[in-house]
Amino acid sequence: MSEALLTVKNLSVDFHTARGTVHAVKNVSWSVARGETLAILGESGSGKSVSANAVMNLLDIPPAEIVSGEILYDGKDLLKVDYETHRALNGKKIAMIFQDPLGHLNPVYTVGWQIVEMMTAHGRPADAARQRALELITRVGLPEPEQAMRKYPHQFSGGQRQRLMIAMALMLKPDLLIADEPTTALDVTIQAEVLALLKELQAETGMGLVLITHDLGVVAEIADRVVVMNKGEIVETGTVREVYHAPKHPYTRKLIDAAPGKGEITLLDPSAPLLLDAQKLNKTYGSFAALKDVSLTIARGQSLAVVGESGSGKSTLARTLLRLEQADSGQALWKGRDLISMGAKELLGVRREIQMVFQDPTQSLNPRMSVYSLIAEGWDIHKLMPDRRARRARVIELLEQVGLSAEHVDRYPHQFSGGQRQRIAIARALALEPEMIICDEAVSALDVSIQAQVIALLDDLRRRLNISFLFIAHDLGVVRDFADTVIVMKSGEIVERGPTAQIFDAPQHPYTQRLLAANLDPDPDVQAQRRNAPVHA
Amino acid sequence: MADLTLAKPAKELNGRGPSILSMLWRDKLAFISAVVLILIVLFAIFGPMFLGDLATKQNLRGRNFAPFSMERGWALFLGGDSLGRSMLARLVVGAHSTILIAAGTVLAAAIVGAVLGLIAGYSGKTTSQVIMRLADVIMSFPSLLIAVVVLYVLGASIPNMILVLAITRIPIYLRTTRAEVLEVRERMFVQAAVVMGAGHARIILRHILPVVIPTLVTIATLDFAFVMLAESSLSFLGIGVQPPDITWGLMVAQGRPYLNTAWWLAFWPGLMIVITALSLNLLSNWLRIALDPAQRWRLEARKTKNV
Amino acid sequence: MKTDFRALHGLDLPLLEQFGRYVWDLLHLDFGESLRKARPAIDIVLEAYAWTLPLALITMGLVVVSAIVLGSLAAFRVGGFFDRLVSIVSLVGASAPDFWIAIVAIVVFALGLGWVPTSGVGTPLHWVLPIAVLFIRPFGLVVQVVRGSMLTALGSLYVKTARAKGVKNMPLVFVHTLRNGMLPVITVIGDQAAALLNGAVIVETIFGFPGIGKLMIDSILQRDFNVVLAAIMVTALAIFIMNILIDIAYGLLDPRIRH
Repeated sequence: MSEALLTVKNLSVDFHTARGTVHAVKNVSWSVARGETLAILGESGSGKSVSANAVMNLLDIPPAEIVSGEILYDGKDLLKVDYETHRALNGKKIAMIFQDPLGHLNPVYTVGWQIVEMMTAHGRPADAARQRALELITRVGLPEPEQAMRKYPHQFSGGQRQRLMIAMALMLKPDLLIADEPTTALDVTIQAEVLALLKELQAETGMGLVLITHDLGVVAEIADRVVVMNKGEIVETGTVREVYHAPKHPYTRKLIDAAPGKGEITLLDPSAPLLLDAQKLNKTYGSFAALKDVSLTIARGQSLAVVGESGSGKSTLARTLLRLEQADSGQALWKGRDLISMGAKELLGVRREIQMVFQDPTQSLNPRMSVYSLIAEGWDIHKLMPDRRARRARVIELLEQVGLSAEHVDRYPHQFSGGQRQRIAIARALALEPEMIICDEAVSALDVSIQAQVIALLDDLRRRLNISFLFIAHDLGVVRDFADTVIVMKSGEIVERGPTAQIFDAPQHPYTQRLLAANLDPDPDVQAQRRNAPVHA
Repeated sequence: MADLTLAKPAKELNGRGPSILSMLWRDKLAFISAVVLILIVLFAIFGPMFLGDLATKQNLRGRNFAPFSMERGWALFLGGDSLGRSMLARLVVGAHSTILIAAGTVLAAAIVGAVLGLIAGYSGKTTSQVIMRLADVIMSFPSLLIAVVVLYVLGASIPNMILVLAITRIPIYLRTTRAEVLEVRERMFVQAAVVMGAGHARIILRHILPVVIPTLVTIATLDFAFVMLAESSLSFLGIGVQPPDITWGLMVAQGRPYLNTAWWLAFWPGLMIVITALSLNLLSNWLRIALDPAQRWRLEARKTKNV
Repeated sequence: MKTDFRALHGLDLPLLEQFGRYVWDLLHLDFGESLRKARPAIDIVLEAYAWTLPLALITMGLVVVSAIVLGSLAAFRVGGFFDRLVSIVSLVGASAPDFWIAIVAIVVFALGLGWVPTSGVGTPLHWVLPIAVLFIRPFGLVVQVVRGSMLTALGSLYVKTARAKGVKNMPLVFVHTLRNGMLPVITVIGDQAAALLNGAVIVETIFGFPGIGKLMIDSILQRDFNVVLAAIMVTALAIFIMNILIDIAYGLLDPRIRH
């Protein structure tokens, strides 16, 4: 256990771009032993994947340049061995799985062919490879392995594809498996299953596992040791419990504090007047029912969260209320007038009162418009604030309200970071002084530390301006921190609703219970306890 | 004070006009192409005015006069044609019809194509399908054959040529515009504008057109070269521009019987076509990068490297 | 004499019936007789196609093979020798009119060096210049698309997976990348195969090659309407069939379209 299987020593990698040299990782060292799970934790741009790509010889050189360091495996420095020797190790001794299995599987070949190729590429006979592939497909839990072999990647679900990737990686019983964000694109319940599978397989084979992730919960669930990276450097290393309970570096502390799901639960003010009353909304696409008799109410100043996995209909609900989609039946009374059936003219007035913040601010802000024109566009549309000087002053005021400043007014979206862009999007929503803001996964594209800041901002706006929020999310931690009421959706239906505290402490519906059980807590002890205790019910 | 803090970013971003020119200066090939094209446009505009008479003046003693000799004055420096007319003057005047046809065609095709593309991209399924199937039919048939047949029916004249060439080029602009519109209108920022209450006109003018126009300009530059080649092919075949009008394609055809004895009759006009088309191609390559905000830094970066 | 002519061509029948017969004949590929050669127009057109088809097939075959090989090589080493070669040939193809290339080629290789005959058919040498001139433009376009699409495919995530699996370089390029990279190329090859007829009109005229392009131009200049019509209809049919073949090829290459 103590002897290292793979050691990365003082690795530094630069990327040479036309805009100058970027130090992607600086002096990074880590090692992993047989049977051990090492997590490399970091936010976007931290360089957490770079060393793993160097191990697999997947860096494109140029633009990348390995400035210094060594990668020791089996007594050899992988940075010095020739191409052919390195190629022969890939897949056979060290295998890798990736975040998005659809993009990472070749679309024009059957998955069977691709899994078998793992062995034939290393000179093993094809019929033996087929046998092994069938065994492994069964082992990773896919039904009808014979048929699965003949299908193409696009015919599987995301979770199934990741299982197939895992089967492929294990074909030659590698000593080490590197998993780069293997569950990030998956729903929480599927994520829990895939992580459990990885742990079982590791126990069976005794391989080392390096898991690259941004999610403290994943680290708590699966890792023995963790390496925390920030801006290309390792800021902290240790066992998962040490690092979580006694973080030494301020960045680690910030990261742990930012993890959602620990704040005080907001309570609903029962005396607030009703703003939106939606009854029995239905929407079908062909034969697929996206919304089935969905009813909900929102009071002034209330923050209602809609939780569900992909395909649950939560986004369709938002789009229907905003009239981006037309509901098949049902009504949604906005201050007494039906949103679903109102005419274009009346709708224009309501559009000022309900605003939306989208998931990805990179896409929701027109890249060719300055911050000023982005925020002022709503006034153009609704013919408000004709005075240019007053407009400018108001734009600056709004920017300051969301934590930006006057100097940002004439810049363009690409000059900002992701978190700042989302602040601009929020300022744009506020410009029309809305009574309700619909947030569709508004923080899920952001890094954890920025997520916490944006949530705090939204919460502050809700309290100060008494705006209602319809908050669509899949991350239960974020929901717990922000919402006073929660609706749980599954396959287009509301399966449970209630005050946040009640949903989190005493979930009634089995699906809600499953969702909560699959949600990973950043605290490794809590996570260990959950794992050993049987699920509620 | 407020002005000071705002001055810097404003200068960086609003200095678009001069920065385009200096970016052009930095790419020498593109710069030379632009100069050549300006020169040819000047030929096209002023050529007939100043050299129109010289280009048609016959001189039997200058028949098939060999080039590169100043013996008979600058007019015959590039040689004389089969009727002793000045090749130099004819080449300059020939730019007129060539450029007129190409410009008219590209302008007409681009405008009609872009409007139809906007309609196809923005309207319901049926309208869009009808427009696209029509474009497919035009596209799938060889453009030169269409032109040949239509000119055969309508008769060869410059307006007819513009008409028929424009029809064969419309699908290019139509498809590009529609594809971009479909892509842009699904982007989140357009949805965001809809949620704010923006109407169709605003979405098309403010959000969609600014993305589509640079692409269209780039294609139009490339297409200008293509149309020029098509026009010269038609004129060469004898179903395009008719004498006494002059175009480079027609000049090549007129020189063809004398390949054995006077190669310059067919060579110079061909070379003019090549130079113009080459400049257009090079400029279009540059435009593709210069007009794309995501790629512009490639051109801007050269500056910082040198300084 | 005049009435004979009218009776022969059915011009004495009522107008509507004339039109009805006419459409009926067209549907049976009966375009009447050539006004010049006193033979069925369809026969003349099919004879011409018998010359153009091998010319087009040989040219397109050369274009496809060389564009795929050179385009892939150019994509594999961006900025290298093949990349430069490819971009120069493409630029020439997009800038030089084919009739001019043909004329310069005749002056240099036929009149000057005397390596090949100037025009006509008969020996394999007669085919060299027409094929060479026809080749340049479609090659320039297809090779650019191959290069771009191979670049995209080489940078894709599944190639990264294959590298992580330890797949060797040759299968990486020719098994994992090429089949994906071919998808956009197929469409362009289809477009260019149709556009080849544009070049055929020019090249056949200049080299005195008795194919469909020359026939079209000759018939138009001689106002032989039936032959022109027959040529158009047969060409349309040929393009229609080719588009179907392209769609089938697409489905064979990409399982996502099949399902």
